[in-house]
Amino acid sequence: MNAARSRISDSARRDLAFAALTLVLFLAVTWAFPGFATPRSVAGLLDDTAILIMLALGQMLVIMARGIDLSVAANLALCGMMAALFNRAWPGAGVAPVLALSLIAGGLLGACNGLLVWKLRLPPIVVTLGTMSIYRGTIYLLSGGEWVNENEMSRDFLAFPRGELLGISALSWISLAVAAAFVFVMQRSKTARDLYAAGGNPEAANYSGIDPGRMQFLAYTTCGAIAGVCGYLWVSRFAVAYTDIALGFELSVIAACLIGGVAISGGAGTAAGVVLGCLFIGIIRSSLPLVGISAFWQMFINGAVILVAVLLSARQRQFKRTILEARA
Amino acid sequence: MEHPLLTLADIRKSFGGVRALERACLELPRGAITALIGENGAGKSTLVKILSGIHQPDSGEISFDGTAVRIATPQAARALGIGVVHQECLAFDNLSVAENLFVNSQPTKAGLVNWPELRARAKTILRELQADFDGDVPAGRLSIAQKHVMQIARALTHESRVLIFDEPTASLSQRECTELFRIMRALRDSGCALLFISHKFEEIFELADRYAVFRDGVSVSAGRVSDVTSDELISLMVGRPVSQLFPKAEIRPGAELLRVEHLSRDGEFDDVSFGLRAGEIVGLYGLVGAGRTELAQVLFGIHPPTSGAFALAAGTSGLALVPEDRQGQGTVQPFSVAANIALPNLARLAPRGWCNAALESGLAREWIGRLGIKARGPDQPVHQLSGGNQQKVVIAKWLARNPGILILDEPTKGIDVGAKAAVHAVTTEFARAGGAVLMISSDLPEIIGMSDRVLVMRCGKIRGQFTRAQATSESLLRAASDA
Repeated sequence: MNAARSRISDSARRDLAFAALTLVLFLAVTWAFPGFATPRSVAGLLDDTAILIMLALGQMLVIMARGIDLSVAANLALCGMMAALFNRAWPGAGVAPVLALSLIAGGLLGACNGLLVWKLRLPPIVVTLGTMSIYRGTIYLLSGGEWVNENEMSRDFLAFPRGELLGISALSWISLAVAAAFVFVMQRSKTARDLYAAGGNPEAANYSGIDPGRMQFLAYTTCGAIAGVCGYLWVSRFAVAYTDIALGFELSVIAACLIGGVAISGGAGTAAGVVLGCLFIGIIRSSLPLVGISAFWQMFINGAVILVAVLLSARQRQFKRTILEARA
Repeated sequence: MEHPLLTLADIRKSFGGVRALERACLELPRGAITALIGENGAGKSTLVKILSGIHQPDSGEISFDGTAVRIATPQAARALGIGVVHQECLAFDNLSVAENLFVNSQPTKAGLVNWPELRARAKTILRELQADFDGDVPAGRLSIAQKHVMQIARALTHESRVLIFDEPTASLSQRECTELFRIMRALRDSGCALLFISHKFEEIFELADRYAVFRDGVSVSAGRVSDVTSDELISLMVGRPVSQLFPKAEIRPGAELLRVEHLSRDGEFDDVSFGLRAGEIVGLYGLVGAGRTELAQVLFGIHPPTSGAFALAAGTSGLALVPEDRQGQGTVQPFSVAANIALPNLARLAPRGWCNAALESGLAREWIGRLGIKARGPDQPVHQLSGGNQQKVVIAKWLARNPGILILDEPTKGIDVGAKAAVHAVTTEFARAGGAVLMISSDLPEIIGMSDRVLVMRCGKIRGQFTRAQATSESLLRAASDA
């Protein structure tokens, strides 16, 4: 056994239990509606959840570093608009520069959040509430409030996330690759360990030679870069760019993190848990129309799931504390 | 003879199979200070929690003033007249002192808070205690010592007759302790029964009338303090005689490893100069707030100095700091023992940025063995360990870096006798291997027993330097407290 594993083992147990629960949910829906489990439908589910998964993984880093990024959807929308405008201006440039542009722009927007939190020590929720508005406002300034429609987008621009391999969309593959990378990096890299330490106890991290503010900066920048790329993917997938795309989506992203077991107080969470949280939300979202429940219930159900998840983990902590007190 | 005010008989308490108390007995007579003594894990905290209504005993009897009682909730404890002064000061920093005193028991008139009466009563109680602060200041502005006085005042608002002091002196300076003891004696003389929990034997002998020793949840002995010696108490606590507490090894000091010249940081310390030599243990004594911790933080690079300089001798392999607050600054509590030890060593254990579990685990095993850390294994989360073992983990994580200079800030604060001896042994071992040690401590016997040389700080300046032969309790105290 090893060091990292033991810290994770509690959370690994949680992830396994949650995976089982997600599977039960999936099987229950499938039992009622056999059509739900066809390869096509599963691929569709994955495609629908892909962007949420990537954004939630980025957000996970920020929350783990004791921050929060409310500006993530606005960042996505702004980078999506920039990608669309770039494509409209240079339709022949291909996808690579669009990807690079959205990655860099998103990273810079995230870095702005990170710098404000790190260097000026402003509260993360205030910083990102502000930048959320600024980033949305910037879309207006860039686009003049206009839409960029499908007919203004080049074929490459539209085709990239829709490519298919083994019946699964390129968007899903990207998301799976990002998820796999996160699982590996979060478990094995020194940087991730530093992040867990900085979120778990910033002061002790500082006394161990880790700058917690710098870890927050890295988390925000990574989260922003992911949001930027997702901006292009979103605009391409829905074939439209306008000011209000993904409005309020940051809350779904944060919800997915919390359902997936990321501690809002920082320092704890796993990539696998977050991916499961996203899939859980995705299954509920795509099964509601089948069950004949209005989509309006989705918000209600998401909220209830968050409360139950948080309640369960609080109970778990309380139970542990009782045992610890006995030892003390 | 009159029966004691509070009696606990045959108390048992287990938490999910872990036995915390077994046949615990305690008597608190009126007008006496009873010291509760035991190593960490002996069941003292559980006993306090039972007395304050947080936990319920599984069996056993509590009688108050001769009548059997049940202390079901903290409110019930308060109604009986049992007050607790906690080690960590529980205060609402944004509320005024007066409001703090009457939280959840505000005097009311027609359902509304009666502010004039609340202020007046707060004033009376604070005056009785001769407190040096006013009821109207926000609690956040009080010093830790003042907050203790506030907690006592809070207990007095409920006309408490039993007062429990849970390690109240752990973070107080000498003078603040004297003030606290004055108040405690006054309470005793007014007929209260006081329970005093402390690791410091000097205090117990200075203050307490009676003692009760707990070991592994069992009451092993009780009686009058005047009938025992501290060695007897220690052997009762640990269940074996402690022959030598401070094994001072004769080490010939070598070359100077650290030179500090005119180092200052505004508002914290001023014009500090000294040197540390290989093989030397230098004690840094002073009262809380003298600037010792701040000096250590600057040497370690947590804060920059305002002026002055310090330098490590060429070839010295770094400087490590074992900070004062092992839970807040020393460890990441949810991390395992191995992950904590690895944390400052990851550059070596993970040279390409990828962690190697086997290496970390091996390193942890090595140090668990070398320091005798009591843990299930490298994987056990640090927050499950006792204070003494957590401290060993903090020391291990830095010694694993193989530093040339080690700064220890209150290394044995609040840990039990066994762990204390282990910390002293490892410190001596480090010096013997050619390391230089700067040991900050407020524990006089420790400073005198361990140091080759003692520096005394007062109000941010070094006020005295003593050789091992010159250092006595009196000389150090005098230098530290401008008498």
